Amino acid sequence: MQQSNAYIITFSVILTVVLGLLLSGTSEVLKPIQKKAEELDTKKQILGAVMPAEEISAMKAEEINEFYQNRISSKVVNIEGEEIEEQDGVQVTAETIDVAKNYKKAPEERLYPVFIFHEEGEEDAANAFIFPVYGSGLWDNIWGYLALQTDMATIEGITFSHAGETPGLGARITSSEVQQRYKEKSIYNENGELVSVVMQKGEGKDYSGEPHKVDGLSGATITADGVNKMLKNYLEHYKGYMEKKKEGSPKMAFN
Amino acid sequence: MSTETAEKEAAVKDTEALFSKRRKKLITDPLVDDNPITIQVLGICSALAVTTQMQPTLVMALSVIFVMVMANLSISLLRNKIPTRVRIIVQLAVVASLVTLVNEVLKAFAYDMYKELSVFVGLIITNCIVMGRLEAYALGNKPYDSILDGFGSALGYSWIILTVAFFRELWGSGSLFGIPIFDGISSLFGEDFQLATNGLMVSPVGAFIILGLLIWVQRTKTGYVEH
Repeated sequence: MQQSNAYIITFSVILTVVLGLLLSGTSEVLKPIQKKAEELDTKKQILGAVMPAEEISAMKAEEINEFYQNRISSKVVNIEGEEIEEQDGVQVTAETIDVAKNYKKAPEERLYPVFIFHEEGEEDAANAFIFPVYGSGLWDNIWGYLALQTDMATIEGITFSHAGETPGLGARITSSEVQQRYKEKSIYNENGELVSVVMQKGEGKDYSGEPHKVDGLSGATITADGVNKMLKNYLEHYKGYMEKKKEGSPKMAFN
Repeated sequence: MSTETAEKEAAVKDTEALFSKRRKKLITDPLVDDNPITIQVLGICSALAVTTQMQPTLVMALSVIFVMVMANLSISLLRNKIPTRVRIIVQLAVVASLVTLVNEVLKAFAYDMYKELSVFVGLIITNCIVMGRLEAYALGNKPYDSILDGFGSALGYSWIILTVAFFRELWGSGSLFGIPIFDGISSLFGEDFQLATNGLMVSPVGAFIILGLLIWVQRTKTGYVEH
């Protein structure tokens, strides 16, 4: 059966409109739910840097929100480590800063959120400082949250996420088994230089005696390189803030 | 081709049972005898990509079932209206919309899965099985039969990728659905007993090997020979 051009065009237009309406309608309806899921996911990632993953996955959504409210406070700093309250006349809060968007700017112009994990009700009694990190893996962007203890050198914990790394290979950076490897590692060497922590090539070796190395990901060397670069970059960016914190405040009493 | 199937459709009686022999065959044929992956060798790319772990594979399988059934249904409903010259684009638009729907729903209700699978869910669009069934079946058959056909093909696809994922996760990561199996077995036999995981299984090569073995076993049993 051969249809006229007018019929084909009319059919295509109607189909496009119907499908377009269907999709935009669904997107509109689901948007608030998606936004909530996204925010919750970010909170989970931030908390994941200072808490075991099993503990978080056992918590309900409301519990996570409440816990986050009670235990996390946040700041925004620039590359010098100075606290920023507003930019271009608009107030800035760490939670609303899009790290991905800032990543596209020059490091000097970026805003750097800092999340402080503190005792309940006592914002000054910090237990750990959580810094968002961002970079690129093999296929797409990768990001994460790095928690440092109050000495600003020892890693308390770390979480990674990714947009499109290969499942089972690069995507393993999201598994707690891989993230555990960073625990208690140190980002400064004996001479006080910032050396970060570097994921090695190959997998299965024991790096427990070496404070700046962690076991690699077999089959995901490029993702691991991306992780290394990301950590190194952002630690440099946060150096200003870390140095300030180190000299400024007296040693935390409870630590 | 579509005219040929259309004639066959007319020959079928209206009073056919809901699950007549012919209709049952629509579902059971793609499971083994005419399996989209092992016999027609379609949809291999996603079979390799998602099958490192059971859980994402299961979500992928369910998504494909949903997309295929709905796409077959919509195309079959529209089959007399779709202009033949733009039918491929129409099929693509319908499939792409359905896939986007799945992606949006996953993002809202299963955010973790969405993060893990979003790339691959998008790739359902290019899965040859979906377009293949639309072109070969839904364009020329009634909606109910098309639903059965889509469901059967999607099931055939699903059980294969789930089987591949089963072995790949078990041998590659020593777990199933994220539950450590190898560690459990090791602990039964004391500390000295360790089961090693096979890194090859985690890489796409592992999927090829498992798939190849599956096809071998299947063809030995059914005696199927490619002509």
